[in-house]
Amino acid sequence: MGISFSNEDDGYSKGFEEFRKEAPGNGIPWMESLRGEGIRKFTELGFPTPENEDWRFTNVAPIARTTFTIEKNGHKQVSPEALNRFIFPKLRTIRLVFIDGTYSLGLSDLSDVPEGVKVLSLASALDSEEGLVKKYLSKYADFSEEAFTALNTAFMQDGGFVYIPRGTRLREPVHLLYITGKSDRATITNPRNLIVVEDNCEAEVVEHYVSIDEGVYFSNVVTELVVGENSSVGHYMIECESMKAFNVSTLRVEQGRSSNIRSHSVLLGGALVRNNVHPVIAGEGCDSLINGLFMSTGRQHMDNYMKVEHASPHCDSRQFYNGVLDGRSRGVFHGRIIVHKDAQKTDAKQTNRNLLLSDNAQIDTKPQLEIYADDVKCTHGATIGQMDENAIFYLRSRGIDEDTAREILLGAFTSGTLESIQVDEIRNYCEMLVAEWFARRKGGTELDNDPR
Amino acid sequence: MLEIRNLHVSIADQEIIKGLNLKVKAGEVHSIMGPNGSGKSTLAQVLAGRASYVVTEGEIIFEGKDLLELAPEERACEGIFMAFQYPVEIPGVANTYLLREALNSIRKYRGLEPLKHVEFARLAKEKMGIMGMADNLLKRSVNEGFSGGEKKKNEIFQMQILEPKLAILDETDSGLDIDALKVVADGVNALRSPERAFVIITHYQRLLDYIVPDFVHVLVDGRILKSGGKELAFELEDRGYGWVEEEARKAVNN
Ligand SMILES: Nc1ncnc2c1ncn2[C@@H]1O[C@H](COP(=O)(O)OP(=O)(O)O)[C@@H](O)[C@H]1O
Ligand SMILES: [Mg+2]
Repeated sequence: MGISFSNEDDGYSKGFEEFRKEAPGNGIPWMESLRGEGIRKFTELGFPTPENEDWRFTNVAPIARTTFTIEKNGHKQVSPEALNRFIFPKLRTIRLVFIDGTYSLGLSDLSDVPEGVKVLSLASALDSEEGLVKKYLSKYADFSEEAFTALNTAFMQDGGFVYIPRGTRLREPVHLLYITGKSDRATITNPRNLIVVEDNCEAEVVEHYVSIDEGVYFSNVVTELVVGENSSVGHYMIECESMKAFNVSTLRVEQGRSSNIRSHSVLLGGALVRNNVHPVIAGEGCDSLINGLFMSTGRQHMDNYMKVEHASPHCDSRQFYNGVLDGRSRGVFHGRIIVHKDAQKTDAKQTNRNLLLSDNAQIDTKPQLEIYADDVKCTHGATIGQMDENAIFYLRSRGIDEDTAREILLGAFTSGTLESIQVDEIRNYCEMLVAEWFARRKGGTELDNDPR
Repeated sequence: MLEIRNLHVSIADQEIIKGLNLKVKAGEVHSIMGPNGSGKSTLAQVLAGRASYVVTEGEIIFEGKDLLELAPEERACEGIFMAFQYPVEIPGVANTYLLREALNSIRKYRGLEPLKHVEFARLAKEKMGIMGMADNLLKRSVNEGFSGGEKKKNEIFQMQILEPKLAILDETDSGLDIDALKVVADGVNALRSPERAFVIITHYQRLLDYIVPDFVHVLVDGRILKSGGKELAFELEDRGYGWVEEEARKAVNN
């Protein structure tokens, strides 16, 4: 059993009243009021419509009209064997596993958490580390205009809490694995991750969303990543949701002076996916790499929304996004670069390349530069196309058959974005997911995943 | 080895090759010269199998087979190699990867086992040495960021690895300095053998100082107007192409 609600008759508010009684952090006044603000804002904003410029190409009506259930003890059984295919071969990680939104102690592995580092579920952190959580939670992911973030803030259930104290070089990546199973009803989870990296640290954090049996569900994710001075952090979003699922996630990064972040998004699953990446480069002399690969087929809809805010001088940001679109799928790349008044000597570059593998696939790409400083270098470029026929002919003229030639070029296109993943095992895992995608395509199974 | 009979080729409904005949026997080196736009590259691309060039009439027989029936990769497997006038850049595909795939694909077609990694590496190293190419060019993406000279050398390097029966070089000499030209010529000469033939398309007689052809053909406006021995190349260098056209016109009028 669980709490069910729809978007009609004030359903979310009513559902909230029931949810809050047993919600994590219940009894903590600031948490209660935070949730209260969340639901109030969400009720006021409602789900965005295509009239909203930020949602012009993505209609979330299928989410709005679905009745969702929050599973109460939604602890489906996942065997360690079933877990295997979601784990990076040959890589030791610090792992938190969530099943249907609920933390699973049994499948998590915290044996390698070094002294001083804290990796635990957000719900338990609200008990044991309340001061730390209070200091950072919801201080960055502003929800005054973001309905999904407001919704998450109201209903946040559990998630990863990672705290890395100054001067720590974390050897093992943190793996936040979210597994959602199939239920009789559409379910909703609101994972909330809070990752705090203090000064002079190095760390890698993976968010990984998967399904075990292709259910209809909605993952509404918010992650706050706070990066201290002179720290270097790699963040990975590996999205392999059920082909019938909805995934809306927001990564909000706050970058301190001379820090360096590398954000990699790999989107492969989901019927309707919106991935927001929003770094605010608050300190001087930072580097941000925002990199992504999205591959869609069937009737998948994948929206990549980037908002890179340069708020300090002498920072470089690089965005590289490659899309591969097949079937009747639709992709969106909306890349905003905002250079605030004081962010002189900003060097921002954005590239989005898309390959359409079918005549029915479609991509909307929208670069948006908002520059309020005068001494900056900003460039953007987008290409949409079929495969380079000259290159195909060149390969064929050397004896390589046409199918193989196309595979080689596709592989080069996808690898081009994965190349910059610094952790070999994570990169190899992503390469394997991409290879599986190609294999399914070659197998010719037409995907029918219309969520409507 | 190769016989082209009455070949007519159109691009976008415009006839470019207008009845071309050419016979190439094993062991021979033919040079095709002609002014810009006369159809030299068109001929090369048609031999390699580019689909956008439409053969409206005529036939091409290669080693007894109807070449026009074969896909580009089948032609390569049968032993045809074309060095592109403008080699294509392929970001993300390593030079060595392309070559190993190509070589093994050709070997498979011929019923041979794929070459082991070490064997391939040895072969590549040897040929790179001959071509005086820097080692890192193997790992780099195909032609990406290569200089003009490096691209042309890379074509000949590929030819050395693939060891075709018939090699068509489309202006491989253009844009090369004299040292690079010699390296390219050496690369070609090293492959010359009684079983192998070359069709060397060039704009300048210069290359023919290093690769001595058995025959020289003058291609003007889609037709071979004159054929001769290597002396013809010198004559063209001295006198240009105008007199060939003049002669041809007179011959038609008489
Ligand atoms: N892809 C093409 N589309 C249209 N016209 C072409 C194309 N390629 C070549 N041509 C035309 O065909 C003629 C012959 O070109 P080409 O074979 O490249 O000549 P050459 O190599 O002798 O300089 C030229 O008039 C050229 O403009
Ligand atoms: Mg030419």
